[in-house]
Amino acid sequence: MKNKATAMLGWSTLIMMLVALFMVFEWVPTEEDQGIVQRIFYFHVPCAWVAFAAFGVVAISGVFYLWLKEQLFDDLGYAAAEIGMVFCTLVLITGSLWAKPIWGVWWTWDSRLTTTFILWLLYGGYLMLRSIADDTPEVARFSAVIGIVAALDVPVVVLSVRLWRTIHPAVLITRAGEHGLEDPRMVVTLLVSLAAFTALFGWMLMLRLSQLRTRSRLMIIRRDVALIEAAAGDY
Amino acid sequence: MEHFDYLFAAYSIIFLVIFGYVIFMWRQQARLEVEIHAMEERLKNLKTTQSSADAKSAAQK
Repeated sequence: MKNKATAMLGWSTLIMMLVALFMVFEWVPTEEDQGIVQRIFYFHVPCAWVAFAAFGVVAISGVFYLWLKEQLFDDLGYAAAEIGMVFCTLVLITGSLWAKPIWGVWWTWDSRLTTTFILWLLYGGYLMLRSIADDTPEVARFSAVIGIVAALDVPVVVLSVRLWRTIHPAVLITRAGEHGLEDPRMVVTLLVSLAAFTALFGWMLMLRLSQLRTRSRLMIIRRDVALIEAAAGDY
Repeated sequence: MEHFDYLFAAYSIIFLVIFGYVIFMWRQQARLEVEIHAMEERLKNLKTTQSSADAKSAAQK
């Protein structure tokens, strides 16, 4: 039943992704000022959305882990952090590929870029801790705290274009509070891409979570085997 | 079609990274399934051995 749901979500994601690609490359009009490179925006923004949603899941599951001490929430946080990191990396790469032809530089220490890079470093630290330390309740507790604290950077990233002077475009809602996308087809394309990436996030989270649940089960079996072997040694 | 190379690079990297991560997950899943199957077999064998040892020592008493 669970496998069927994952498969269905996987196929829906694939179809939505193909529709989004068709819209980005065939349907949506080219932006006048930036030219075709503006089309990076239709996948750059959904990547950012997935990264923020994933880090939100890390923070929420961290709170639940600290409260209930359930392994499920630790696994959920770990899975979401890993996926968030993949998409946060894609945000930084696609942002740089857009910045080079538009700004003339690959990178600048602008507030939006810097706060996003800090977010990437924070969750990089979270994943490093998870990969080098043993799977103990202490590590799970520390990770939950880091996951919650690191997620505080997400609203800072979102609001950075309004809080500080920045050259990063505020496209969805301009600094003057107006709608940033001139053509309704641009809005529709962005919404379809957002839906496709949300489905992709759900699918990847289901896959990775089920894998981490299997790993947790494996550790329990290993512990049981070790206990029985130790007891057999006492005979 | 000015700057098409940047657009092409951006979309290629997105799909390469996503496919790479999905393949990593599938390979991990396959490895875990083999490992869990082996451990379950081992646990079953150990439990069988232990229960027969328990029965033997109970009979001796």
